[in-house]
Amino acid sequence: MAVLKVKFTKTKRDKLAQVLWILNWISVVTGAVLFILGLFLKVEINKRVELMAERDIQYVPNMLIAVGLIACAINFLGGKICYDCVDTTKFLRWKLIMLPYIVCTFFFTFCVLVGALMCYSMRGELEESLTLGLTQAMRFYKDTDIPGRCFLKRTVDLLQIQFQCCGNSGYKDWFQIQWISNRYLDMSQQQVVDRLRSNVEGKYLMDGVPFSCCNINSPRPCIQQQVTNNSAHFHYEHQTEELNLWMKGCRQALLEYYTNIMQSIGLTVLITWLFELSVLTGVRYLQTSLENVLRQGDPDSESDGWLLENSFMETARINLNIIKSLGKNNHIDTAKNGDPNIDIPSTSKAHYGPDNVPPKTIKEAS
Amino acid sequence: MVLLKMKFNQQRRVRLAQGLWLLSWLAVMCGAFIFCLGVYLKTELLRRDEVEKESFMDIHVVPNILMMVGLASIGTNWVATRVCQDSLDASRFPRWKVLLLAWFVVAALLCCLLLAVVVLSYVLQGRLEESLKVGLRNGIRFYKDTDVPGRCFQKETIDRLQMEFRCCGNNNFKDWFEVQWVSGRFLDYTAQEVKDRIRSNVDGRYLLDGVPFSCCNPASPRPCLQYHLTDNRAHFNYDYLSEDLNLYSRGCRQALTDYYMGLMNSTGPGVLSVILIQVGNFHLRYLQTAVEGAMALEDPEGDSEGYILEKGVKETFEEVKVKVLTMMKLAQVDPEGVPVDAEAEKAADTTAEKAASPTPAS
Repeated sequence: MAVLKVKFTKTKRDKLAQVLWILNWISVVTGAVLFILGLFLKVEINKRVELMAERDIQYVPNMLIAVGLIACAINFLGGKICYDCVDTTKFLRWKLIMLPYIVCTFFFTFCVLVGALMCYSMRGELEESLTLGLTQAMRFYKDTDIPGRCFLKRTVDLLQIQFQCCGNSGYKDWFQIQWISNRYLDMSQQQVVDRLRSNVEGKYLMDGVPFSCCNINSPRPCIQQQVTNNSAHFHYEHQTEELNLWMKGCRQALLEYYTNIMQSIGLTVLITWLFELSVLTGVRYLQTSLENVLRQGDPDSESDGWLLENSFMETARINLNIIKSLGKNNHIDTAKNGDPNIDIPSTSKAHYGPDNVPPKTIKEAS
Repeated sequence: MVLLKMKFNQQRRVRLAQGLWLLSWLAVMCGAFIFCLGVYLKTELLRRDEVEKESFMDIHVVPNILMMVGLASIGTNWVATRVCQDSLDASRFPRWKVLLLAWFVVAALLCCLLLAVVVLSYVLQGRLEESLKVGLRNGIRFYKDTDVPGRCFQKETIDRLQMEFRCCGNNNFKDWFEVQWVSGRFLDYTAQEVKDRIRSNVDGRYLLDGVPFSCCNPASPRPCLQYHLTDNRAHFNYDYLSEDLNLYSRGCRQALTDYYMGLMNSTGPGVLSVILIQVGNFHLRYLQTAVEGAMALEDPEGDSEGYILEKGVKETFEEVKVKVLTMMKLAQVDPEGVPVDAEAEKAADTTAEKAASPTPAS
């Protein structure tokens, strides 16, 4: 009892082959699109790799790139096969390869689905990575004279300007770290010494933020220093002032940005997966109908196409039996010490000449 | 005495038609490219409209011409592809005969316009700088007026401009010292420092040796110093004369001019190559004359001659002059349209030949 049997006339088969040829070529294009999307994501992540702590997030774009390339190759082969399937003689060339091809493609579509799901699951790891990375970057903001960290000031400033954000979760993060290097602090001044003594670690903490936190939409010139001191500035109340600095935290801004990218990529990959699955179904129908035609002998006759020859349970059982028997043939009987020839009676009769007398045993010469 | 005669057998005619067909399609794509270039330039100019004064409209003539020429070029070269396709079919070619004369005129006009665009984009540089200077000066002056309708956006525009183009002030950051850029709404007039500053100049403005935050250079190793810039003692380890990384050192006028000139100059080679392709298309004249010659012969597959002008340049010019004069005389004496039409067509024909004559370089 076949699964989803469909009758195919000769014209239907030819039409199916042609349509599948075109669809396979479209799939090659979508495979290329996947590849480009993977590259794009890789480039975007690498642009801000200094702000991300060591987390394994590179596997998502790498997977997309690999899947894209394999999809191109598989569908290119599929296109060639379908092109040849219009002619029954050319189909004979591909007959043996088609079933393995379909099985491989079926497993490959799983990879595509996994790729799509990974895009959505990457968010959690990314958030963790960004939190740690941003904390580090802000801590090393002042170290513009230490090689390996000297560019972090510029990176963080440009990030805050471009993404219109300030600090990790808000601007108050800058109050808890020393972002002015000691090189620019006048240690002879009392005010500086007081600040350094005011905390356990001897850091110069202040209620000020870097200039890159300034909001350009503010009607008044930016207030960076003494942000929480209402009396330091004329007509200023820091609790109600929202336009002076960027209110959003950079972690949230970056997360939103990357999530948007990954959601669109994930959607594209899902659509590609559905498309691949439908192409695969078509190829399977084509394969089974052509094989049945060959079995019947007449290339112009009608034939049946199906997804599986027997029902699911039967097919699973048959395959398991095949695997088991493969295993049995390889299995060696260890009871007879591994030698399969012991204790097996000879099935052929020995011929001892015309009178059928077994020879005498000859004693050994002394 | 024919101008630049060449012999064409059937195969050469076919080759010429195919080559010109490809060239015409290439020219169609170039026309689309020119149109897109015009659109891009226009959007870039419109984006910075706020810092450009009203009389700056003159530079918009460059993208406008580019867009027009792009569209016209697409149409003209598409017609050329059709002509090439039909040229080897004796039944379909004659209907293009009349159109071809107009085609040559239009194509020549397009080449002239493209050349004019290239020249204009260099000539208008001076006007651009002047207009930017005035626009920026106003922007800086009205920076503080975020509560005045019509000027409230200037602060945001200037801040964005300075950060995007990495520049400060009109010529340099000192322009900010001469303007009151802190609004009176945020000044505490009871403070002594404020009173001193206001009294220190004739107009009673609050001038300070400070700049807005958008002048800050993120590449500076030290946190940005915005205020008391000329006072070395106000900051630790600071020398105003040797500090060049703290703020952007370029003026915005220079930055914007460089940017626009970069845009215009990048369009230059593109436009010049399009002109070359368009000129190459004038070989259509050879195809036209060769095919017409072949159709006139008894054996349409035989050899024929192709030329630019039937007679020499001087003779053609004389003919055209005579025809034009006769046409004008006829128009004066005989107001009826019938005999003038034939003359007008002939005159247009030879005028087109005359227009086509200086261009080909085969």
